[in-house]
Amino acid sequence: VCTSRFWFNYRHVANTLSVYRSVKRLGIPDSHIVLMLADDMACNPRNPKPATVFSHKNMELNVYGDDVEVDYRSYEVTVENFLRVLTGRIPPSTPRSKRLLSDDRSNILIYMTGHGGNGFLKFQDSEEITNVELADAFEQMWQKRRYNELLFIIDTCQGASMYERFYSPNIMALASSQVGEDSLSHQPDLGIGVHLMDRYTFYVLEFLEEIHPASQTNMNDLFQVCPKSLCVSTPGHRTDLFQRDPQNVLITDFFGSVRKVEITTETISLDRDLAGFESKIPKDELATEPLKYAEQLPVAQIIHQKPKQKDWHPPGGFILGLWALIIMVFFKTYGIKHMKHIF
Amino acid sequence: ASAQFQLAVPVALVFAPGSVPGDLPRPLPFRDVQEMELSVNLRTTVTSRYETIYRSTTAQEEAALGAATAREADAALHLLQDTSLGSLTVYVVPETSSLLPQGISVYVGKHRSALVRAGGGLAALRPRLQQLTQVMSFTASSITAALSDRVPDGQLGPDARRHLKSSLGYEITFSLLNPDPKSHTVEWDIEEAVNRYVQPVLDKLSLVANFSVDSQILYYAVLGVTPRFDKESSSFLLSTHSLPHVINPVEARLGSSAASLYPVLNFLLYVPERSHSPLYIQDKDGAPVSTNAFHSPRWGGIMVYNVEAPSSPQASLPLHVEVDMVRVMEVFLAQLRLLFGLSREELPPEFLLERPGNEGLADWELDRLLWAHTVENIATVSTTLTSLAQLLDKIGNIVIKDDVASEVYRAVASAQTAMAELATGHLHSAFQASKEAVTSSERAFFDPSLLHLLYFPDDQKFAIYIPLFLPMAVPILLSLAKIVRETRQRKKEPTKMD
Repeated sequence: VCTSRFWFNYRHVANTLSVYRSVKRLGIPDSHIVLMLADDMACNPRNPKPATVFSHKNMELNVYGDDVEVDYRSYEVTVENFLRVLTGRIPPSTPRSKRLLSDDRSNILIYMTGHGGNGFLKFQDSEEITNVELADAFEQMWQKRRYNELLFIIDTCQGASMYERFYSPNIMALASSQVGEDSLSHQPDLGIGVHLMDRYTFYVLEFLEEIHPASQTNMNDLFQVCPKSLCVSTPGHRTDLFQRDPQNVLITDFFGSVRKVEITTETISLDRDLAGFESKIPKDELATEPLKYAEQLPVAQIIHQKPKQKDWHPPGGFILGLWALIIMVFFKTYGIKHMKHIF
Repeated sequence: ASAQFQLAVPVALVFAPGSVPGDLPRPLPFRDVQEMELSVNLRTTVTSRYETIYRSTTAQEEAALGAATAREADAALHLLQDTSLGSLTVYVVPETSSLLPQGISVYVGKHRSALVRAGGGLAALRPRLQQLTQVMSFTASSITAALSDRVPDGQLGPDARRHLKSSLGYEITFSLLNPDPKSHTVEWDIEEAVNRYVQPVLDKLSLVANFSVDSQILYYAVLGVTPRFDKESSSFLLSTHSLPHVINPVEARLGSSAASLYPVLNFLLYVPERSHSPLYIQDKDGAPVSTNAFHSPRWGGIMVYNVEAPSSPQASLPLHVEVDMVRVMEVFLAQLRLLFGLSREELPPEFLLERPGNEGLADWELDRLLWAHTVENIATVSTTLTSLAQLLDKIGNIVIKDDVASEVYRAVASAQTAMAELATGHLHSAFQASKEAVTSSERAFFDPSLLHLLYFPDDQKFAIYIPLFLPMAVPILLSLAKIVRETRQRKKEPTKMD
């Protein structure tokens, strides 16, 4: 999830897209990824190299590419949609790609980046999500067994505050900085004119470059990524809610997708020619008239409709009471003689 | 949430003449109940009651048992029995009977009956009967697997989350992968195969859930792993530990995300490229797997279909390949059974199981599924409603819409009906009630209006309104204070003046 928009937050989009790429490289298909981005970088008029988002000025790696599947873009990235995806309380008309269809055997990785503060994360400059809401959402997921294990990574200022309130089991959390510290960005690119990535994510990605689908690297190594000397902020992690020892947790448990397989040793035996079998003839379908799309929509009615009158409600008690108080006090204080100047 | 399950299984134990043991506690016919308790966690217990009727055979049953083979006897007996879901009939035949082959003491038929060889009296018969009734209905492990989210962690075996979760419907997709269309033109008559072989199995399973089937052909879809060439057998081998990495690259192209919201089961048939033929899958010991297929729990299965090399090297490419759908469907349907958890492997050698034939599964296997799914459904409903209640307690000002409330009531009523029906042994109605309960409870829990974000906590209300109204309120409050002081002064003045 990238929670920022606007050109100067280029690095957050680059962060998210780079993690998305790594996760895809390690085997997780798009149908199992929900990507929420403001997606206003690649085609931004200020982008000197349109249709690209770069993540490192030396590697010149275009993380936007041509097979990025963004599920929630632009103004759809809201706290409400994020919580709806997590808890599953989605309107029935939502397509499958926008849903989190996980069950009790799914390991979920959540990566969030943007601007944050002590206990909150800013969404698109207009709203915030607090750590309490996030913890409650995770608890609801746990109640419905929507995850087996959950890894939460956050790269924002004061990121560690976001995982302080978690209380559901099987959650491991990593943050780029402690409470009171700011997460810093890595390096600006002089051609593009903005910072391209954040430090923590940059080093995490360097670490992930060495992971391949069969690798046995465990979580303890991920905790060591980006020490203070490189990152300036102190990354933190939280494993007390997690049941297994981080030493035994493979990186590919969350970042890649290694399925359990079993060899099929049983077969059933089918009668090749069933005596008396007749191939089923499909029932004669009633010939229906082909529906023309334009006729389905009562266009003529719609364009000539008058705008619906919004019902007028009288002002509520609180407002009335407040105004009555103000007027009463005013006239008591300054005398009733002012009334005639007003009416 | 605490739950006490009572599962009642009606069993009829029928003694053929010559097989009545000498140590019966009472003369036939009589009725007996055996209870066994299994506690899953501190608050969930499952009590199984086997309500057994002991009786002797009727004349018609005797005639049926006079058949030549066990299979014919089973077919004849099927017509005479009470075949309601969940009930079992066990026929005890004399020790010397020729119905059961040598070395076999138990024969389990395709429907809901079994033949057991007598011998050694009732005491010796009982453990065998207990094992038999458990196989044909439910065992401790199958019930524990159904209640897997209540079992304390650490006690779950590796089998626990293998089988498909109970769902209202499943979507089955058959895909043919042809990575080398220049060498092979592969044709498969999938529609015919589905109608002939798959549909009967799905019809039998239609009691459990709705199934929808689709199929597709994918070209240039390769496996993510390069197989090794083995000189001794001059074939290519895929080892067991590379199999988990095969699925992911293919999954992206399967298009399973466009389908319905039900869980999707994918069955892939892979025709290897000319340059990698023949391709065999190796098991742990290095031997090639006879089915040349593997499956992944809760996902589906993959089978490798090797094409014979052309007889003469000058044969024109592409080769035309007509897929033998029977061989393929035998494997896919077996995988479907395994995905649902119907395996026949863990039985003692003295048990003989009748093959279900084209129906895919025996009636008692369907019962096993229904027992497990009913228990799972009821447990899910209980957990969902409890957690919904906790949510509503925590956030006091959520507005419950009327239809959410009615769904909750309906879920509770259906769950109670299901529990009652389970305790009396009516599996069919218990299962239907549990399905309704799950549908209602899911609809209530996942209703989009219950988002806790939409209901502001009190401290946020204060945080927003105080900075707004406090500065405005300062002159008002001070003026109020002034008025009060003036009024008090005026009251005092008259007394002073007088």
